[in-house]
Amino acid sequence: MSKTASHHPALQHYFDDLKQQHGAATMGMWAFLAQEIMFFGGLFAGYTVYRYKYFNAFVEGSNLLPIAWGGLNTVILIASSFTVAMAVRCAQQGLHRSVFNWFMATMVLGLGFLGVKAIEYSHKYHDHLIPGLNFQWDGPMAGPMKIFFSFYFVMTGMHALHMIIGVGLMLWLIPKIRAEKFGPQYYSPIENFGLYWHFVDIVWIFLFPLLYLIGRHL
Amino acid sequence: MSAHAPDHSHQGEHGQHEPHIVPMRVYFSVISCLFIFTAITVAVGFLELGPLNTPVALAIAIFKASLVVLFFMHVRYNTPLMWVFAGSGFFWLLILFALTMQDYVSRGWDDQGIPFLIQ
Repeated sequence: MSKTASHHPALQHYFDDLKQQHGAATMGMWAFLAQEIMFFGGLFAGYTVYRYKYFNAFVEGSNLLPIAWGGLNTVILIASSFTVAMAVRCAQQGLHRSVFNWFMATMVLGLGFLGVKAIEYSHKYHDHLIPGLNFQWDGPMAGPMKIFFSFYFVMTGMHALHMIIGVGLMLWLIPKIRAEKFGPQYYSPIENFGLYWHFVDIVWIFLFPLLYLIGRHL
Repeated sequence: MSAHAPDHSHQGEHGQHEPHIVPMRVYFSVISCLFIFTAITVAVGFLELGPLNTPVALAIAIFKASLVVLFFMHVRYNTPLMWVFAGSGFFWLLILFALTMQDYVSRGWDDQGIPFLIQ
C-alpha cells in the first residue's frame, strides 16, 4: 500500500496523513488555549470582585495609568496580530522569505510592546506604586489602591511574560523558517504560534479598557 | 514503506492538506475594525454614560476579540469540532464569572442589608 502524503518528512508515523496531523495539532493548540483562558480567567475574576468592592480606588488607580502608553501598546499588539496572520498566510503559500519578514516585523512589534511596558513600570517605580517593592500612598484608600496596583502588575506582568515567551518561540522558529521547513503541506508550528500570539493579543484587548479606562469620565 | 510509484489513482488528493487561504481584504477589514474600535473604546471611556460605561467597554472588547478569534485565528473557516474546542474555554469563563459574582453580589444580604458590592 502506498501513501503519497507519507513521503513528507514532517509526517509523524502515528498519523495517517498530513491532513489528520494538521487537525490534531490545531485541536491540541486550542485545548492548550482553553487552559490559558482558565489561567487568565482566574485573574480577571479576582479583578472583577475587587473592582466592585473597591470601585472608587480602582477609578483613582486607573486614572494614574497613562492612556497614551496603553493605547500605543494596544495599537502595537493589534498590528503584530496582523503581521503574524500574514506570516501564517505566507506559510500556507510556501513564501519562505515573506514568512521570515513577517516574523521579523512581529518580533519588532513584540519587543516594542515590551519596551513601552518597561517604561511604564519604571515610572511606577519612581512614583512608588509597586506593591511589595516600594508602594507608598499617603492619600485615602491606601489599602484598596494597593490592591488595584497588585492586580495591575500581576495581570500585565503575566501578559508580558507571555509576550517574552512568544518572542522566544519566534527565535526558535526563525531558523526553521530559514531552512524552509514549512510550506503549504506543513505549517502547523507557524499556525500554532500564530494562535498563541493572537490569544495574547486578545488578553490585552480586555486588559486595556479594564485597567486604563475605568471611570475616566468621573 | 513504499519507496516509489505511489498509486495516485487510489490515493488521489485524499490526505493531502490543502490550506484555506483567507483573502487579503478580510485581513485588512479586520485590522481596520480593530483600530477603529480601539479609538472608539478610548473615546467612549470619557463620555458620561451612567452605568453603561463598563458594559459598553466590555461589549467593544468582546467584539474585537471575536474578530480576532473568527478571522485571524481561522475559527470561522474551521470544522464544527474545532468550534467546540475554541468555545469551551470561553464557556468555562462564563461559568466562572456567573458563579463567582452571584456569590459575592448576594453576600451580606440580610435585614440590615449592606451588600458586598456597596461599601
